[in-house]
Amino acid sequence: MKTFLILGAGTGGTMVANKMSAALDPQEWRIVIVDRDETHYYQPGFLFIPFGMYSPADVVKPKRNFLPPTVEVIFGDIELIEPDKSRIKLSGPSGKTISYDYMVVSTGSHIHPEEITGMKDGGGWHQNIFDFYTLQGATALSKFLKFWKGGRMILNVAEMPIKCPVAPLEFLFLADWFFKERGMRDKVDITFATPLPGAFTKPRASSVLGNMLTDRSIALETEFSLMEVDNAKQVIRSYDEREIGYDLLVTIPTNKGADVIGASGMGDELNFIPVNKNTMQSEKWDNIWLIGDASNAPASKAGSVAHFMLDVVVENILRHMEGLDPLPKFDGHANCFIESGNEKGVLIDFNYDVEPLPGMFPLPGFGPFSLLKESPANHWGKMMFKWIYWNVLLKGGEMPFESQMSMAGKWK
Amino acid sequence: MLAELTAIAFNEEGFMTDPNEWTKEIAEVLAQQEAIETLTAEHWKIIDFCRQTGLASGNAPTLRQISAGTGISTKELFALYPKGPAKKVAKIAGLGKPEGCV
Ligand SMILES: Cc1cc2nc3c(=O)[nH]c(=O)nc-3n(C[C@H](O)[C@H](O)[C@H](O)COP(=O)(O)OP(=O)(O)OC[C@H]3O[C@@H](n4cnc5c(N)ncnc54)[C@H](O)[C@@H]3O)c2cc1C
Repeated sequence: MKTFLILGAGTGGTMVANKMSAALDPQEWRIVIVDRDETHYYQPGFLFIPFGMYSPADVVKPKRNFLPPTVEVIFGDIELIEPDKSRIKLSGPSGKTISYDYMVVSTGSHIHPEEITGMKDGGGWHQNIFDFYTLQGATALSKFLKFWKGGRMILNVAEMPIKCPVAPLEFLFLADWFFKERGMRDKVDITFATPLPGAFTKPRASSVLGNMLTDRSIALETEFSLMEVDNAKQVIRSYDEREIGYDLLVTIPTNKGADVIGASGMGDELNFIPVNKNTMQSEKWDNIWLIGDASNAPASKAGSVAHFMLDVVVENILRHMEGLDPLPKFDGHANCFIESGNEKGVLIDFNYDVEPLPGMFPLPGFGPFSLLKESPANHWGKMMFKWIYWNVLLKGGEMPFESQMSMAGKWK
Repeated sequence: MLAELTAIAFNEEGFMTDPNEWTKEIAEVLAQQEAIETLTAEHWKIIDFCRQTGLASGNAPTLRQISAGTGISTKELFALYPKGPAKKVAKIAGLGKPEGCV
């Protein structure tokens, strides 16, 4: 019996388990998936929790429900990966070792507030400084916002890359709408402090989204590389000595790959694993493949991107098992709904080479979604994403469009 | 403007498109354009590191990579190359824009 091992049963790992259990012969292969947490979190839903639009119950379900019965599920902490020996060690008294023939790593990307001086150790963490990238942070923030009387709010991105690079913008748009609905927008100053030179990474989208910030009177502080949080003075300070004052700091702290990647010497300085960005094979180990946020591929770290990686990863692994070369088919495709408040949204679709452009999606000329433009349909697309995520995406089901980006329907 | 630069191709964001056209003299000129009057030994240590890793990997290194690779703290990097050090060094070292902004 050969072992196909998957590390992490989040978005990427769950999809791979479902696809592989259909593709591999159960007489020949045992599929094992390991995760420390029995709960699957719908992370895109965390965005809506601070504003009371979703409750915690909307974003959690048992992981087991999404994994096929033929897959062996182990709940435990991966303590060490030994890629040269093709085996991993679980922590705990049993200290179980699992050897593998093939392994997919999908241990994701996680926030590290302790990387920034004063953020977690300055006394304000989850008091007046919040993240919304964890269920705990998003829930604590929702309680804070319920009773907040207003003041200076900063949304800050500590450093790039972060997962879901549009989430900070969505947070700002929703916050603006939330305060307007509560009749207190005039009591809140909103500032977006970002290390990027504009609202977003790509020029066309950056200008459209930048204008949407201006329309909402959200101040934009660019090229702000966060050095420290000084919660005694209630300011954040950048490396070039700029200071911005806050009463409420919402932050996207440094994002890093899983600690176990660092501990196993497999990652870069942020614990992301070097990958061939077109085949999704590890740069270093032939029998290790990557999906989702865990790799250093210069694509957006998003669930939709993990979905576009899926077919490429699965096909390439099956080819590799047959002794064939992997195909460089992953093009960096990302497709992100950006919730913009007032029941509207913006959709962007892009890849390694083509920045987000205006147009219609997925049907040229018809849509129903419009690209790089606010529309109610895009909002409903975002809302439907939750249903699609739980019911189609995780099971590795087919989507009504191709994994590779298409230029059809886009205007240059 | 300067004789050194006339033959060199730049993209619309001001990054050299071919890192092989780069010379130390070009770096001096590009540094002045970025308002860095003289390149000190510390400046060069960073440029050399970025040339090395950048040419090997095909990507200009990020701030964290530079700090980890040279042992120079982020704070000092900002003092040497004010505003965005990673982007500035990449420009002066004749490399493309650092990836990681996705
Ligand atoms: C606020 C927010 C909004 C978002 N919005 C969107 C959106 O609108 N659209 C979109 O497409 N994407 C969105 N995303 C991104 C999306 O959720 C992620 O990109 C996606 O979940 C990544 O999947 P993954 O499999 O790489 O990692 P994950 O789903 O994070 O899974 C990683 C798994 O590895 C496990 N693990 C890690 N280390 C260990 C260990 N040592 N031992 C055992 N188990 C371990 C973890 O428990 C976890 O289950 C959003 C994310 C956030 C935080």
